Amino acid sequence: MSIAYFPGCTLSTKATGYDISGRAVAQALGMPLEELPEWQCCGATFPLATENSMALIAPTRLLAQVEKVGGKVTTLCAICFHVLRRSQNFLENHPEMLDRINWFTEEPYSGKATVTHFLEILRDELTWKGLSEKVNTPLKGLRVAPYYGCLLLRPPTEIKMDDPENPTILHECLTALGCDVVDFPYQSECCGSYLAVSKPDLPEKLAGEITASARRHGAQALVTACPLCQFNLDYPQRAKDQAWNGGQIPVLYFTQLMAVALGLETAVWGMENHYVDPRYLFESYQLSVGSDQLSDEN
Amino acid sequence: MQAALDIANSGYEVLMVEKEPSIGGHMAQLSETFPTLDCAQCILTPRTVEVGHHENIRLYTYSEIESIQRDGAEGDFTVTIRRRAAYIDWDKCTGCGACQEKCPFKVFSTFERGIGPRKVVYTHSPQAVPNKPVIDAENCRYMQSVRDMQSGVIPAVDKQGNPAKPKCGACLKFCPTGAIDFEQKDTLFEEKVGAIIVATGYDLISMESLPEYGGGKIPDVVDGLAFERVLSSSGPSAGKVIRPSDGKTPMEVVFIQCAGSRDPERGVPYCSKICCMYTAKQAILYKHHVHEGQAYVFYIDTRTGGKGYEEFLNRAQEEDDVVYLRGKVSKLFREGDKVIVKGVDTLSNLTVEIAADMVVLATAVIPRASSRQIADMLGLVMDENDFFTASNEEMEPVISTVPGIFLAGAGLGPKDIPETVAQASGAAAKVLSMFQREKVTA
Repeated sequence: MSIAYFPGCTLSTKATGYDISGRAVAQALGMPLEELPEWQCCGATFPLATENSMALIAPTRLLAQVEKVGGKVTTLCAICFHVLRRSQNFLENHPEMLDRINWFTEEPYSGKATVTHFLEILRDELTWKGLSEKVNTPLKGLRVAPYYGCLLLRPPTEIKMDDPENPTILHECLTALGCDVVDFPYQSECCGSYLAVSKPDLPEKLAGEITASARRHGAQALVTACPLCQFNLDYPQRAKDQAWNGGQIPVLYFTQLMAVALGLETAVWGMENHYVDPRYLFESYQLSVGSDQLSDEN
Repeated sequence: MQAALDIANSGYEVLMVEKEPSIGGHMAQLSETFPTLDCAQCILTPRTVEVGHHENIRLYTYSEIESIQRDGAEGDFTVTIRRRAAYIDWDKCTGCGACQEKCPFKVFSTFERGIGPRKVVYTHSPQAVPNKPVIDAENCRYMQSVRDMQSGVIPAVDKQGNPAKPKCGACLKFCPTGAIDFEQKDTLFEEKVGAIIVATGYDLISMESLPEYGGGKIPDVVDGLAFERVLSSSGPSAGKVIRPSDGKTPMEVVFIQCAGSRDPERGVPYCSKICCMYTAKQAILYKHHVHEGQAYVFYIDTRTGGKGYEEFLNRAQEEDDVVYLRGKVSKLFREGDKVIVKGVDTLSNLTVEIAADMVVLATAVIPRASSRQIADMLGLVMDENDFFTASNEEMEPVISTVPGIFLAGAGLGPKDIPETVAQASGAAAKVLSMFQREKVTA
């Protein structure tokens, strides 16, 4: 069973580690990700202006591409997921807008595509039990703090994935991998999002609070499903002498931990470009492959 | 209660049916009242005692309406009342309290809002009317063991082959009048009445529905009624202001108004009306107990419509140095032994973070869970929030849509004590005028 997959711009550029590990684990789980034959940017933000037709063109065109390959698509990027699911929802309930955009793009979209996040496929199709059965390197003793951020779960009335105040989906995924899951109060706080571009001081401050809280609660690593969260939490830790934060903590994608737990080779872990190199975390595990590459600095 | 007294004092017989083992409602839980800071218990007890001793009032406590049948066009009902088994013969019981003293088992008390214990055999409230205890069958060790023997979970005969004895039974042993009766069953009574006043009161929305405020899982985050018990001299700490988690005196207390109110998305759309005033009262009382302490109040706006109410709020702000912050709290969580409160002050446009020792949520006022059932039984109309609806909300606020049935109190919508009492007297007046009319036309 292959799954139509929309990588999005960030996973093709800055966050290749998420893309590589995601494709590899999907392959290993017997449900390979099949990249959409043609795609462009999802639009990057869901438009909240009253007149939103311009901003809806990109996601509508993308959803039309999805329909050409069966009408179902999955993403890894939390922001692409957020934009596509909300756009899909909006277009389904606003046929007049759909008509207008279809007239403009000349690529008719029916309004009936299904947008899922890869985490939902794991939960609803593979199931956590099914995932845990595939794990051959249980990450026992690894204390990880799931970090949900905002866009993966909110607004819950439209996203309908999990309760944003008490989310469990990443918790359950990490538990299936054998990790010790650490709860911490900042797990669904905002990382600062796109303010990293216009007001970089703010995400830096927020990242300091989030990473400090995770470490205070005993986490060895933060785990996210969003490339922007990953960047905003990881990048401020780039200098090794982080006096502002009193220490460093690696920030991983859940697919990277899955790659380790499923015993995949280090080449598909995609951990080379992290500001805080996470690979030391796995030195003590009996890995079935590639443990000699762990200390490989680049 | 006010309605019952007004009607009884006019010479008519009143049946008062109360779900709890004793009367007084939520007012019995309050420490002081606003805006006079009268001791709630002290102004309530004369009324409850008067009801308890009134020659024209018959009290059915620990009872609920089972069914109602209409016999005539207006004001002619046959009411079936179910009195729950108290497992204590109240005719024999003198209210001495020996059973409660000897009972070895404690559970969380709903009257104390979960911040204090009660025994398994208990009197509902301090200075209870009637002053009679009930046994909590679910948690009673004796009754549990009897149930277990009946279901075969534990053997019904001991090793010698004699019938096994139920466990505990301390109350049975020590009751001086032999009033304990584990065999007691619910009793049904049938009564004929000419009019019905529905005064079912209110509840608070559960903290579980407010996950951003801890969802009820943080011990030092309590609701308004629980903080009344913290302040009350008859509460679990006998009037010493201590927090539930470790019994320390909280030096910084944050009050959050509109916790669930005016929040159509997550809570209820309406204003709960009483919270601005009781929060100001609680902040003042907290400062009177803990002089060095600091109280903060997060509010959307302060609604103080009532005689002396705005002056009372000013007193909190000016004389008792309560810091009022206009804004909502987005989130709170536990960090060590503190509760971190993250909010915004929209007057200074700054985000605010307070490391509090205790947080009090002014949770939304909602109708009693049973009010829907009562409405169905009586044929009453409810609004979209499950409050009862009067036949004409403006001009006949205490007359229901069903002839002979009248309404009063917070079951119609949130209201404070003076308004509730006024409405009760209004409902009583309507009942009396109906009786008078019948007398004239008969």
